[in-house]
Amino acid sequence: MSTDTIVRLPDQSTARLPKVNFITKENGLLSWLLTGDHKRIATLYLISITFFFAIGGALAGLIRLELLTPQSDLMSTDTYNKVFSMHGIIMVFLFLVPSIPATLGNFLMPLMIGAKDLALPKINLLSWYLYIIAGGMILYSMMTGGVDTGWTFTVPLSTHYVNTNVITTGLAIFVAGFSSVFTGLNFIVTIHKMRAPGMTWFRLPLFVWSNYAASILMVLGTPVLAITLVLVVLERAFGIGVFDPAKGGDPILFQHLFWFYSHPAVYIMILPGMGVISEVISTFSRKRVFGYTAVAFSSVAIAVFAFFVWEHHMFIMGVSNYSTLVFSLLTMLVAVPSAIKIFNWSFTLYKGSITFETPMLYSFGFMGLFTIGGLTGVFLASTGTDIHLTETYFIVAHFHFVMVGGMLMAFLSGIHFWWPKWTGRMYPEKISQLAALITFIGFNLTFFPQFILGMLGMPRRYAAYPPEFQVLNVFSTAGATILGIGYLLPILYLTWSLKYGEIAGDNPWQATGLEWQIQSPPLTENFPEIPIVDYEAYDYEWLERKEKEVTRVG
Amino acid sequence: MEHISHVLWQFLVKWMTNFALFPPEASKIAPQMDALFFFMVLISLIGLTVVVLLVIGFSILYSKKRHPVAVQIEGSTLLEATWTIIPLGLFLVIFVWGSLIYFRVYTPPANAMNIYVVGKQWMWKAEHPGGQHEINSLHIPIGRPIQLTLISQDVFHSFSIPAFRVKREAIPGRYTNVWFEATQTGTYHLFCTQYCGTNHSAMIGDIVVLSPDDYKKWLSESTSGMSLAQNGERLFASLSCNACHSGKPGSRGPNLAGIFGSEIHLANGSTAQVNEAYLRDAILNPSDHVAQGYVPIMPTYQGQISEDGIISLVEYIKTMNSNDRVEQTLNTTTLLPESEGKATTAGQKSGGANPAKQAPASQGMVKQ
Amino acid sequence: MSDSTTALHGPHSDPPVVHGAHTAHEHPPYQRHHFASMEQQVDTTSFAMWLFLLTEIMFFGGLFCSYLIFRNWYYPAFVAASHQLSIKEGTANTAVLIVSSFTMAMGVWCAETRRKGALVLCLCLTFVLGLVFLGIKYDEYHEKYEKHHVPSWHYSTKSFTDPASDPEVHNAYPDDKPLPLDMARHTEVYFGLYFAMTGMHALHMIIGISILGFMIFRARAGAYTNGHVTFVNNFGLYWHFVDIVWIFLYPLLYLISRHA
Repeated sequence: MSTDTIVRLPDQSTARLPKVNFITKENGLLSWLLTGDHKRIATLYLISITFFFAIGGALAGLIRLELLTPQSDLMSTDTYNKVFSMHGIIMVFLFLVPSIPATLGNFLMPLMIGAKDLALPKINLLSWYLYIIAGGMILYSMMTGGVDTGWTFTVPLSTHYVNTNVITTGLAIFVAGFSSVFTGLNFIVTIHKMRAPGMTWFRLPLFVWSNYAASILMVLGTPVLAITLVLVVLERAFGIGVFDPAKGGDPILFQHLFWFYSHPAVYIMILPGMGVISEVISTFSRKRVFGYTAVAFSSVAIAVFAFFVWEHHMFIMGVSNYSTLVFSLLTMLVAVPSAIKIFNWSFTLYKGSITFETPMLYSFGFMGLFTIGGLTGVFLASTGTDIHLTETYFIVAHFHFVMVGGMLMAFLSGIHFWWPKWTGRMYPEKISQLAALITFIGFNLTFFPQFILGMLGMPRRYAAYPPEFQVLNVFSTAGATILGIGYLLPILYLTWSLKYGEIAGDNPWQATGLEWQIQSPPLTENFPEIPIVDYEAYDYEWLERKEKEVTRVG
Repeated sequence: MEHISHVLWQFLVKWMTNFALFPPEASKIAPQMDALFFFMVLISLIGLTVVVLLVIGFSILYSKKRHPVAVQIEGSTLLEATWTIIPLGLFLVIFVWGSLIYFRVYTPPANAMNIYVVGKQWMWKAEHPGGQHEINSLHIPIGRPIQLTLISQDVFHSFSIPAFRVKREAIPGRYTNVWFEATQTGTYHLFCTQYCGTNHSAMIGDIVVLSPDDYKKWLSESTSGMSLAQNGERLFASLSCNACHSGKPGSRGPNLAGIFGSEIHLANGSTAQVNEAYLRDAILNPSDHVAQGYVPIMPTYQGQISEDGIISLVEYIKTMNSNDRVEQTLNTTTLLPESEGKATTAGQKSGGANPAKQAPASQGMVKQ
Repeated sequence: MSDSTTALHGPHSDPPVVHGAHTAHEHPPYQRHHFASMEQQVDTTSFAMWLFLLTEIMFFGGLFCSYLIFRNWYYPAFVAASHQLSIKEGTANTAVLIVSSFTMAMGVWCAETRRKGALVLCLCLTFVLGLVFLGIKYDEYHEKYEKHHVPSWHYSTKSFTDPASDPEVHNAYPDDKPLPLDMARHTEVYFGLYFAMTGMHALHMIIGISILGFMIFRARAGAYTNGHVTFVNNFGLYWHFVDIVWIFLYPLLYLISRHA
């Protein structure tokens, strides 16, 4: 690791956190629970999301522990089924979907576009309360027996063949869905209507573009999940018959309706992460993102194409062979914009001036792991190989590579990058670089063997497996232990940094972007005066001129 | 695959199989799928290498120490075009290649031997046309195309044979099918690959590929009585199908002899191909499948017959070439035509010299 | 880089003004502080409501999609089942909703022209009409319950396999033939979708009526007749949307077999 760093902190002997900021502005629990301030809501979200991530992670630990041995010996098969189901539900709906939008997005969106808050602060707060209600319902469901349907709620299993808390959990996800819709709605309206003067669309940071694309998906896709869950609940409670072959219904209809949301959902999860990567790579190479327009448009292209590929989750389910041609082709097309982004980020490094602080390390991890995850997606988009690989550990490995190796790394990258802005303090650099390395190693050890297991044919959601798969499973569990340490460390040292971290000042990274031109932590109203923007995004030359100017004046 | 030395290929596959890194290739389609798989692995490795080299290379060349001042570059349309078109081109090649394989797997040849598989929580029941029944296993001969007609009795299951590189969902409510041709004797894994509840991971078994002689031996050893068609004939009588589908002129139901595989004209003007799915649907939803010239009076058998029973009936109708035996059974049932085809006490004497088993007295749900 | 009030304008900047407590209030009291102008606030909240209605379209879309598929597959069952619904009550409900949309639109006009009394009256009328709609719906649901047409609740296909056993409907539709049992079974899916679709619609009506109740209170206090019409305006959009959903539900559910 180079000792060269772009970090420039104020003189620590005299530096203080600004006395008035969004944290100190008002005191008392109610001022937080009834706030309209997007930064406080983002903080509330950050705490809640971390809480649920910890629960989901503990469940993952239980899964890997069980899978150390071929027999179903650590817990009963029923319990194991509940453990992986709850792991999926919590991780997807209570962590991945809200993660970056609800925390970093909420915090940064108005700052990046030069607004004083999101368009609808009360709706923003409502969004958080809906999230908490959903989380509470899921916790309640867990404590009273959980569900064992898998996070995909396949009918008729979930409607007629299990006696677990399907209805409670289904309704909980319904509520969480509306939390998501309101966040997305808020973002779209804010970006359209509340940009500062001079902040044209093509001057927006790419983080805004990515969240905008993700918000489109949230707004248009999530209601379909909501109605699907309603139908499942009605089918289970009242036997309306839409999914029951005995009454003339069709369980494949559920698959279509469910995946119509759940495929765009994966892009909801990854697009904001891609936005973070754009910001981080740019800052730590001191360069405008290569091909800004291409990256911006590719985000929107992904959002549009996302709605037209859902049947690739159903290739073996007896759908028309000709329909698979259409969806396989479209899935290949949706892979291209992601590839474009990876190359654009790589070339952002070209002729840059690169340093390797923690956010940059996580971003590099993202680029490698997301490339692998994305390419293995092509294995699954190709119908011929999908037949062999679907519903095996290959799928599990694929989505963990893109979601954990991709999205979660991007999340950590963003948290570290904007931590100084959010809290006014720097995180400890050395231990965080170590944690990034541990996470990367642990991740690969955990999930790469699963590609091989999948190719061998080991099915997913199996509590017990043939003994010849054990060696790879043991590797995977060993990796999971290391990964767990890698995730525990940030929670510890970031909390430590709240009291003992170095004072960061306004712009420790010397980044461009409106959020770095104001104090850390920001004022409640963000900007004392609404800025007028007359320069492009990632304008490092403007930044240099500004610096020279200030020193001249000073 | 043709471009790689056969020896090298065999070595690679054997080595990886022995180290449990790769499943055996035991079907005709397996090497074809593996070829595409390895092509994609190669492309992925190249792609990953390119990205990693770019990132690491640029990081070294342009680290702050070596390159303290960044050069602002807007972009390059040429590069954008390159890394759009090349991946797109590769993906399209993969798309075409993969689709060819997919169509191959899910388009059974006409001469395939058909085996029915019924999935239920938590076991697989295989029913051979000769009447052999297996649970959680499937004995098949090497070198013959085998088609599986799958259905589930309850929830979604998925019949997976990794060594053959095939799997297919078993869905409640309709048939799905898949075919393969085994190329290597041995015993291979059978998995259920659609989560189906508590004992999903116990719904596993063996696919046993036998030489033709061993298969013949197995067939004769494991016959448990009636073939599927024979059982179907029994049901045809006991469920009183013969009352309307007697084959006599002026009968209330169309003649079923030789109907399988033909195209029939329906009363609503459309035509339909008479295959297994059509027959199953016609038994359960008859008013949607009224043949031209007939009226919708056939009652539905939904709830009165199991999936196994339907399979037997379908097999029987498939093999029905004449109505002679139907005529004989007509004399032995005690059914009155007006009683809507409800199963009543079946006939005491089965027709002809065939010493078929006695049909047990049955009301309501007809077993097996 | 540590001066938090560095101007964010271009290179030529004026010394910034730091806003402490609110000194000059040049904006109306109901303008939220994060908006630069009233115009922006109205524009933004209106856009937000339209976007929300778009999500509602996607929401109902799933139901309509399911309906279309099953109607295509089981047309005879859908026709027979739809004959069980009372055209009179359906038409009455349609009329009630259209009138309520009118009274709502009048309410918006009243708010814009600052007619407090008239506004309250319009809102009350809309409120009452909404309740009338729900009342008629309840009556219809009750009838379905009595006739055993609620899915899984002692569901009976007798009215379809033997139309003569249901004289009320049989006289209205004497040409309806008895359905075979396997087709008659599918009427349960029709009623399942009927209850799901009209039930979801009724839920939106209940939410709307509750908000109307709140609005009547606030309207009486003059909250909407002082120039701040956005709330009434946006609620009007919601109410009209719920009306439009019914305009689609009505012909799809009640008028299946009716054509010129």
